[in-house]
Amino acid sequence: MTPSSESVRSVPTGPARRGPTGIEPARITAGQPGLENGLVTRDGDTAHIDARGVYYKTLNEQIRMLVGEGMTTVMLDNINGQRYIGAGISADHLTIMVNGVPGNDLATFMDGPTVIVDDNAQDGIANTMNRGLVVVRGDAGDVVGYGMRGGRVYVLGDVGYRVGIHMKAYGEQHPVIVIGGHARDFFGEYMAGGEMILLGLGDSSEPILGSYVGTGMHGGVIYVRGSVQGHQLGKEVSVVDPTPEDAARIEELVTDFCRVHALDATEVLSQPFGKIAPFTHRPYGKLYAY
Amino acid sequence: MTEMTFVRPEFRVRIDREACIKCGRCVHQCGWNVYHLDADDRPMPDHSKCAACHRCVTFCPADAITIEKNPLAYKESDSMSSGLRKAIWRQAETGGVLLTGMGTDKPYLRIFDHLLLDACQVTNPSIDPLREPMELRTFLGRKPDSIEVGYGNGDGGPPKLLTELDPQLMLETPIVFGGMSFGSVSLNVHRALAMAAKASGTFMNTGEGGLHADLEPYQDNIIVQCASGRFGVHADYLQAGAAVEIKIGQGAKPGIGGHLPGEKIDEQVSTTRMIPQGTDALSPAPHHDIYSIEDLRQLIYAIKEATGYKPVSVKIACVHNVAAIASGVVRAGADIVYLDGFKGGTGAAPTIIRDHVGIPIEIAIAVVDQRLRDEGIRNRASIVAAGGIRSSADIVKAIALGADACGVGTALLVAMGCHVCQKCHTGCCSWGITTQRPELTRRLDPEWGAERVSNLIRAWSHEIAEVLGAVGVNAIESLRGSRERLRALGLDQTTMDIIGVKQAGVGH
Repeated sequence: MTPSSESVRSVPTGPARRGPTGIEPARITAGQPGLENGLVTRDGDTAHIDARGVYYKTLNEQIRMLVGEGMTTVMLDNINGQRYIGAGISADHLTIMVNGVPGNDLATFMDGPTVIVDDNAQDGIANTMNRGLVVVRGDAGDVVGYGMRGGRVYVLGDVGYRVGIHMKAYGEQHPVIVIGGHARDFFGEYMAGGEMILLGLGDSSEPILGSYVGTGMHGGVIYVRGSVQGHQLGKEVSVVDPTPEDAARIEELVTDFCRVHALDATEVLSQPFGKIAPFTHRPYGKLYAY
Repeated sequence: MTEMTFVRPEFRVRIDREACIKCGRCVHQCGWNVYHLDADDRPMPDHSKCAACHRCVTFCPADAITIEKNPLAYKESDSMSSGLRKAIWRQAETGGVLLTGMGTDKPYLRIFDHLLLDACQVTNPSIDPLREPMELRTFLGRKPDSIEVGYGNGDGGPPKLLTELDPQLMLETPIVFGGMSFGSVSLNVHRALAMAAKASGTFMNTGEGGLHADLEPYQDNIIVQCASGRFGVHADYLQAGAAVEIKIGQGAKPGIGGHLPGEKIDEQVSTTRMIPQGTDALSPAPHHDIYSIEDLRQLIYAIKEATGYKPVSVKIACVHNVAAIASGVVRAGADIVYLDGFKGGTGAAPTIIRDHVGIPIEIAIAVVDQRLRDEGIRNRASIVAAGGIRSSADIVKAIALGADACGVGTALLVAMGCHVCQKCHTGCCSWGITTQRPELTRRLDPEWGAERVSNLIRAWSHEIAEVLGAVGVNAIESLRGSRERLRALGLDQTTMDIIGVKQAGVGH
């Protein structure tokens, strides 16, 4: 018998308890085991994996094996929802190219590599990421960069809810998220450090941000290209005009984002930006009686 | 208007002036600034600041200090007690949420104290643990549904296990240390606990505050925690631990997060948590990537992927629906379910939460164990019971109710000098335990602390062995979930039914 997740999937869950309806309750399973291995081809420092039908655990084992072999580029073809790609990988000169839509928790706990997604991405990308770069050529889902401490995430399209939640900075580590499109509610919730830039490119009929922006925010900064209404803000933040230092930083980051995504930086920078920052680093300092 | 308060001091500091040698040690020892020296070098106390932590009493060379309850009488009222009146006054003065530390001090029913153990007499011989082997070794982790044993190469050779087992944590005694973060406790406490865990063959738990570099030599005996603030969590940290614990909830404060105030974020804490000095460390109430059992599974497997499939523990607070929640946690892939009862300790919690939310660990163990058995998944995860484990007797009873091992926290701090004054949240701990003030933290010598904690664990382990011998079994495994060896005295029928224990006097 094989250990851990395989055994969970393959073993029965014991004597079924039938409810009053007499129907056996559904059991949680982790889906089909998938193929044993993806087809790997190597060309110098570059490796390809055909990930069609390969279960994530196997796929990630193969990626780690190739990284261990010293491959500097790992191309993943036919990706379709495999989770945890790049999870916990520490490597400085590694690029993972994802062709297809990766599953949740892409680049979670990642430390160093570059991940380029040629399509949309799902939820939880760059979860607790330490270092590295994640580029998404399409849209990304909810909770991008949860607890992210370093590195950069460049999403060309739109993102979902709670993006940049509890992002934090420390010493040399300074996380950056740049979103080309629009974002939904709770952008920068609990944010404790780092920078986020929302460009709001695309459909101009929709508001570029949802509500509750920066709720609980107590560090870091958000720059938004375009206007944000007071009712969209959490009570811990306000919108102010960027300082010349902010403007220089915006230019630097937007220029890099546009380079990566082949956009015209001058055009993107031609519109004014607003700066969202917290009132205090101690939002709950006066909440308690001692 | 000058600052005035209706809240009179809880304690009176009495100094025997004839005995006092005016050495000033009390002034130095008190972390609360109770004392100052007057013009004649006599220590003068400010009673209102005294926490009754006994640091000055212990270190007074003349034995001249006594701490007394303030005898000030209040017109008696069982309903509007003096404690409630003081709480109202304090809140009327500040408008703030009342904060406290440690476990609840309210006189709730202590079910452990109403459970009695069985022993052997005449027909079933007891065992003397001093002369016969007594197995306390405990393995935490997922056990297989069945095992396959082969004999040699099919030629009848010695048997060997063919089933590949999931990774297990091996404890020499069924006790683990509860998660207490560096930040809530001092680095010297962490050092002491790490050394003690190694010496005792068990595991300390980092809590949500990262792993200080000094603790790396002990990483085989450390469980690292990943909580909602993700403080100090990175790939190397997850790799460093023997196992990873996802903290969903804490018994003392179910349903809420944590706020480590900026005052406690000094340089060392800042380095370990990987956040700037002086900012509040806010742990949100939920993990914002977990809104369902499926999401929990996602994080469990993210951690397994990032660690090469180390065991993952999930810590939950014991709340009304704990059995169903634990079932979900096990199905989500947890190797260990850490149940934290509502009497568990905390470095800081709103008093209203600590004293009024959750359910007792005794009930939680019983209902979770039963639920997992009924569903045929009890083998898939080990149960660690914590939150109100005060003695070796509690451990034995918890295991008989269905736990695999117990988690202890407060008792370890008490071993190192904590006097349970419940002021951990102030950061003024005179014993150098729940403070980051360097003049206080250096009072706790890690090696001394480790020895005291190791002594306690050794003593408790001997006591557990004594009980096993009396019960007539030679392995803790044989007592696990054996509720038939427990009887209740003074519990109501409903409670007895829920925990599956018969009334004392009822035979087999």
